[in-house]
Amino acid sequence: MSDKTNLARRNFLAKLPAAAATAAIAPGAVLHSADIEAAPRSEPVTSKVRWGMLVDANKCADGCSACVDACNEENGLDLHTNPEGADADATKWDQQKPVWMRSVKLKDLQSGKITNLPMMCQHCEHPPCQDVCPTGASFRRADGVVLVDRHTCIGCRYCMMACPYKARSFIHENVDIKPTLAPRGKGCVESCTFCVHRLDNGQTTTACQDACAKEGHNAIIFGDLNDPESQVAKALKKYPNQQIRDDLKLNPGVHYTGI
Amino acid sequence: MQYSCSISKLALLLLLFLVALPVSADKNWRINGNSKATKAEACVAPVPEMRRNHMEMIEHQRDITVHQGVRQTDNSLHGCIDCHANVDEKGSHIPVNAEGQFCASCHGFVAAKLDCFSCHATVPK
Ligand code: HEC
Ligand code: HEC
Ligand code: HEC
Repeated sequence: MSDKTNLARRNFLAKLPAAAATAAIAPGAVLHSADIEAAPRSEPVTSKVRWGMLVDANKCADGCSACVDACNEENGLDLHTNPEGADADATKWDQQKPVWMRSVKLKDLQSGKITNLPMMCQHCEHPPCQDVCPTGASFRRADGVVLVDRHTCIGCRYCMMACPYKARSFIHENVDIKPTLAPRGKGCVESCTFCVHRLDNGQTTTACQDACAKEGHNAIIFGDLNDPESQVAKALKKYPNQQIRDDLKLNPGVHYTGI
Repeated sequence: MQYSCSISKLALLLLLFLVALPVSADKNWRINGNSKATKAEACVAPVPEMRRNHMEMIEHQRDITVHQGVRQTDNSLHGCIDCHANVDEKGSHIPVNAEGQFCASCHGFVAAKLDCFSCHATVPK
């Protein structure tokens, strides 16, 4: 029993680059302090927390794809390749391959001003994907993360049509390489999960945020919108910001500034 | 009449016997395998319960993990795979659903076809 628990911990640590580094220095000794902040969740999530994000488009660098690449790697999307024997024409694949995070470039025709921003699931308080889902597979977790339960998804793709942010992808083919963290197979819809596997294991950052910070851009701040002391809540108070398509009154968890 | 009746009774008895016989994994899975489970003392629940109810356990856990974010658990699917996957001579893991392997051994016998592994990893990571 205790042996098993340790194993789970060790496996978990091995998946975390940051934690793995500390574990390597002192495998036994470090566990205590690490346990507190990085233990897998044992209690159900509650609405005390609402995860959200502020994206500063002014800091989002032209030509940079660090967040998108990190997302693809974290969620196993880069393992998903054009199926063998499929249409050799890559345009179809480009249109159909799963994308959780896109980088979008806007050009103001009048001023010529270029704005770059990442676009992904906006984790709405009132998600249209959930409204249209016939099986209840699209749902919003108590802590504000909008997910697809791929065990109940029948692949009808209504949610893809309903999403104003074009945030969802459909998996058209089975995948060969299946990482434990990212189960994926033919016939289901999926989208950004706010790196839910990280949150459930006690981490408080997303892969895109970490990658952006590593590039020195710091355009993405992620955290608990309900906690007035969180970095993201403070930043939301400080900077003028908006939710995209706020006219739809969906109250997305992702806010943008500098657009 | 008498004759056919006893035949059907016999058939019924035989059927009952077959049904009552619990499905079990290849009884030599410990000797033939080298998974962590072969060296462990116990499963996450007593064997009779595992044999009968592991599907409910995993599926119950699935809903709790996906909808409520609870990941501190003995009943995760990747937990089963982590403990029950064997290793081949070259040192790489053998998929738990490959023919004759632990999870496949009874599923083949009872013709239970799982779609889980079209998405889920079949080897530990
Ligand atoms: C279409 C793909 C797909 C299929 C098929 C599928 N799953 Fe999942 N499963 C997922 C995804 C995605 C997750 C969420 C992973 C996460 O958040 O870490 C998940 C998570 C789980 C979890 C919680 C994580 C864990 O490892 O314990 C369990 C348990 C689970 N699935 C069991 C099953 C079972 C049992 C079946 C077969 C009856 C099945 N799944 C079939 C995609 C699938
Ligand atoms: C810590 C390692 C470990 C984990 C994790 C584990 N098992 Fe087991 N399992 C064992 C061991 C050891 C036995 C044999 C127990 C005994 O002989 O008393 C066993 C026995 C079983 C049996 C009965 C086999 C028979 O003899 O018929 C089934 C079925 C089973 N496990 C399924 C599962 C499933 C499903 C999971 C995931 C929910 C799981 N196990 C997780 C170690 C493990
Ligand atoms: C002791 C024999 C036995 C072993 C060993 C066994 N299973 Fe099963 N399993 C069954 C039987 C029998 C069923 C079918 C039950 C039914 O159809 O109601 C089943 C069904 C399931 C289901 C439900 C399938 C569905 O589509 O609803 C899952 C999930 C499952 N097993 C997972 C596992 C995993 C994972 C392992 C290996 C760790 C394993 N089983 C090992 C006997 C076994």
